Amino acid sequence: MSAPAIQRPAPTTAAPRRGRGPREASRVSVAVAVVFLVALAVYFLLPVYWLVVNSTKTQGDLVSSNGFWFAHFALLDNLKHLFTRDGGVFLRWALNSLLYAGLGAAVGTLLATMAGYGLAKYTFRGREALFSVILGGVLVPATALALPLFLLFARAHQTNTFWSVFLPSIVSPFGVYLSRIFAAASVPDEVVEAARIDGAGEMRIFFTIASRLMAPAMVTIFLFQFVAIWNNFLLPRVMLSDQQLYPLTFGLYSWQTQIARDPALQTLVIVGSLVSVLPLIIVFLSLQRFWQSGLSAGSIK
Amino acid sequence: MTATNTAAQQLTAGPEPTTPRTRRRNRTWLAFVLPFLVPFTLFYVVPIVYAIWQSLFKTQRTGGLFGESHQVFAGLEQYANVLGDDTFRQGVLRVLLFGVVQVPAMLLLALLIALVLDSAVARLRRFFRIAFFVPYGIPGVIAALMWAFLYSPQLSPVVDLLNKVGTAPDFLGANLILWSIANVVTWTYTGYNMLIIFSALQALPQEVYEAARVDGAGALRTAWSIKIPMVRPALVLTAVFSIIGTLQLFTEPVVFQAISTNVTSGYTPNMQAYAVAAANNYPFSAALSVMLALATFILSFGFLRLTQRRAAA
Repeated sequence: MSAPAIQRPAPTTAAPRRGRGPREASRVSVAVAVVFLVALAVYFLLPVYWLVVNSTKTQGDLVSSNGFWFAHFALLDNLKHLFTRDGGVFLRWALNSLLYAGLGAAVGTLLATMAGYGLAKYTFRGREALFSVILGGVLVPATALALPLFLLFARAHQTNTFWSVFLPSIVSPFGVYLSRIFAAASVPDEVVEAARIDGAGEMRIFFTIASRLMAPAMVTIFLFQFVAIWNNFLLPRVMLSDQQLYPLTFGLYSWQTQIARDPALQTLVIVGSLVSVLPLIIVFLSLQRFWQSGLSAGSIK
Repeated sequence: MTATNTAAQQLTAGPEPTTPRTRRRNRTWLAFVLPFLVPFTLFYVVPIVYAIWQSLFKTQRTGGLFGESHQVFAGLEQYANVLGDDTFRQGVLRVLLFGVVQVPAMLLLALLIALVLDSAVARLRRFFRIAFFVPYGIPGVIAALMWAFLYSPQLSPVVDLLNKVGTAPDFLGANLILWSIANVVTWTYTGYNMLIIFSALQALPQEVYEAARVDGAGALRTAWSIKIPMVRPALVLTAVFSIIGTLQLFTEPVVFQAISTNVTSGYTPNMQAYAVAAANNYPFSAALSVMLALATFILSFGFLRLTQRRAAA
């Protein structure tokens, strides 16, 4: 960025005062803070705990036993039912979700990073106007797009296909925003220039040098786009009628709507939710270091 | 201190102009930008243009009730219909009420957590940051399903507990359902917003705090006069995303529709747009979508303007 977001004041040379140091003075406030944080942790984790406990129960225990504690342990049975129900359709949904979100986010990240890099490192007429239009895309509610997209795909006779959900998902205007900021800050012009003098082509410079420097931004874009696609509900609901093409979330929702007719589905919705939530949490936790640095770049730089 | 650098400026101000040498490579930028621009045009620009076009028509039947229907040009008639529609007006009021309460409540909570975590002992910080962020990784549909179970009188241990203490409120009743939905949204997104604010706090230079301490500022004073003003851009950013999210409200109420008669098919404008389209009234649905997108633009830009002006004053 041209101007630093925060004007750094001159560093003080004064030594910190002795005696009432922050830690000593705030023993009471530390206690208050811990109570506050623990209470909130209970609030944020309680539904997840509930999900874990109740995934292990039989349909009967689900209604009759204490919802916060275990009863007869039936997790393995539940899992077996989950994966065999309707000819193993749950596994199919899981693979669909992985394709929509994994492949969609990978392609989307590449496109967004290239565009962000292009906007940061090349000057051309209309650059700022183009950037503004793309940024406008951030403000367009995805839901306002879903219905016209359906009508357009219907005209092309392409609704109820893999592509009708996949293709619209690869566009991430926010990713372009983030990668432009990141490219400007972390890919020095001198490095690009030096590579040119060495005879490297523009694409090669991007793929071998710039993309490595932009790795934290790419991880961030990938993860947040992955979550956005994984969580998307409206687009599959509008586009898809074939159960075989559903992503996980929409499949579980379709089971939920049939519970009145088939109460056994209740257990499957619960254990299915647990199975579909765990991978996402694991991915987030294991990549934490990377996406957090990317996130802070987007919010304050 | 200068707090004029708001998110609005970040959004519009570009990076440093590149050197004159790079300017000579005239067409190369296209190779980088075009792969994004093509799908962006197809799946963002074209649908918007198409929705606007669609909204200018109306469906007309010829030859009585069972005659063929076709679209005739109607100008702005659909927009008048949308504005005059009771379901739409109620939906808009409901979403506005929801947003006016939920967004400030969520962001205040997120800010508070971020401030506490920022000053807490490092060991605690790591665990709590992760614990609070977990809900963000849970899809909206599943979050709503889980909370639906926790609200339901037959299944919920929470309702059981409240009944033992006194009487449990009817979480799915007409009076509370909107706030039950607000709780699900707050639960899902507080951690995400907290993390953005927290990252901004962590990026502040340490010297600022030292200077404050030398000046005799306590922890609260430092938070109020230094930390909060300095994370303003992050706060503005999270607020804008929350405003957009509120107007889009769809997934959570749709899930609750299955378990509560108090959520109707036109509960939010988005749900109405979907229901109307499902009933094949595309022009009306298109006009509704366009107005919703417009409202989102106006509200989020209005908010950016407002915060920008305050910062400049």
